[in-house]
Amino acid sequence: MSEVTATPAVVRVEGVTKTFPRGYVTALENIELEIAPREFVSLIGPSGCGKSTLLRVIGDLIEPTAGTVRVNGKSARQARRDGDYGIVFQEAVLYDWRSIAKNIALPLEMLGWSRQRRRERVAEMLDLVELTSFADHHPWQLSGGMQQRVAIARALSFEPSLLLMDEPFGALDEMTRERLNLELLSIWEQTGNSVVFVTHSISEAVFLSSRVVVMSPRPGRIAGVVEIDLPHPRTVDTREASRFFELVTEVRELLRMRGEHLLPEEEAVLE
Amino acid sequence: MTLRPRIGVVVGWLPPFVVFALVVGLWEGLVRALHVQQFLLPKPSTIISVFWTQRHVLWPAGWYTFKEALGGFAIGSGAGVVAATVVGRFRTAGQALMPIFIAANAVPIIAFAPIFGAWFNPIQPQSKMAIAAVLCFLPVMVNTLRGLQSARPRQVELMRSYAASELEIWRRVRVPTALPFLFTALKVASVLSMIGAIVGEYFGGAMNALGVTINTDAQIFQFDAAWAGILVASLLGIALYGAVVLAERLIVRWSPEARAS
Repeated sequence: MSEVTATPAVVRVEGVTKTFPRGYVTALENIELEIAPREFVSLIGPSGCGKSTLLRVIGDLIEPTAGTVRVNGKSARQARRDGDYGIVFQEAVLYDWRSIAKNIALPLEMLGWSRQRRRERVAEMLDLVELTSFADHHPWQLSGGMQQRVAIARALSFEPSLLLMDEPFGALDEMTRERLNLELLSIWEQTGNSVVFVTHSISEAVFLSSRVVVMSPRPGRIAGVVEIDLPHPRTVDTREASRFFELVTEVRELLRMRGEHLLPEEEAVLE
Repeated sequence: MTLRPRIGVVVGWLPPFVVFALVVGLWEGLVRALHVQQFLLPKPSTIISVFWTQRHVLWPAGWYTFKEALGGFAIGSGAGVVAATVVGRFRTAGQALMPIFIAANAVPIIAFAPIFGAWFNPIQPQSKMAIAAVLCFLPVMVNTLRGLQSARPRQVELMRSYAASELEIWRRVRVPTALPFLFTALKVASVLSMIGAIVGEYFGGAMNALGVTINTDAQIFQFDAAWAGILVASLLGIALYGAVVLAERLIVRWSPEARAS
């Protein structure tokens, strides 16, 4: 059973099933998924395919009904306690009473970092997401895109080995979304953590990922996996490459094979 | 700060000030023009002059009553916050107590004023404080509880992802979320506490209390003095309300109301 693998997986999901007590929904059925260090994995699929549920199971925000999740060789609970997760939701989830700098510092406070160390790291993160001049602003003073950048800076501030992102750009307009896609990629290349990214957008999934996991609903299963072999660094031109379109088509076919259509306004409403 | 916000404040206050001046002017003019009898409605100028000549009686009386209101406000609001904390923290306590509190909220508390007078010595300020406290308790309790329960689920979930304990979630998310609700309730309570103290005194109280003064003046047809007493009560009520607003501005600097200023 205990073979030694060359690169230990950051995430290992084994036989995970999740049924909600309300009965009729099997959100996830027998999910097997492994994520290597430095991998960028997107989960895509229609409503009710359980992609957000899977993300939450990995992040120990929901407990699976059956199966196990190991993160960095530990249980998901231990990984959460150790601060292995940086989480970004669709809404920025900023704390209104805290300034931008203090929002970014919140996980650092929870981890017991000293004031001096917090201040240095916050300055670094503000620089990374280009919001230095907004340090003392309050969340309501920032646009949606800027708020989401704060959320990303906060999720990265304590250098979690795993970034969990649940449709982080879903509420933003197309132009902002594409700009933040580029920004996220450059941050990912700089920091070198693994990312699990839930999205409804095929092109976003293909553009960002090293691997796209296509899921199908009722019950939530993995329908197929598409390796994205587009070269790095990815730029605006990547979206116009013919390989990009081939991969987009491949993902779309996989989704269509399940007889499901992807609507941009769809939302996973299982939670 | 700079000049611009100040001009903004002046411009903001101008319309209500103009309306107020117009109403008082109209009142004065109509009472004079229609020869309204003094006991029905005194002129504002008469009220002001009585307010000034009787200041040595009215202001100490006002201060006496204000202290009752303030005591009741502090006790009632404090108890409301404590009760909300307990009910919000322990679900069973909430299930047992909330229906009772909501039913009690529908009771016209002021009807108990004579009873409070019997429980405590009606001459002593405690009975008025008790009325004011009971009046303040429920709105503060209900609003604070709602505030404590209004934390957005995602904000709590995110704290959990940082391995935060329930106590930390309480301190860093629930309490800040509840503060704007609390201040809304305190504003209501500040007004209620003055009402409680004065109405309480209508059923009997110390000779130098404002409610007693107003009541006595009205009974002996000194309506201008009664009106002057009401003016004192109003000014003190506004002062307490203003103090709460000021505290809110200082503490809840992120709220929409703070944004406007």
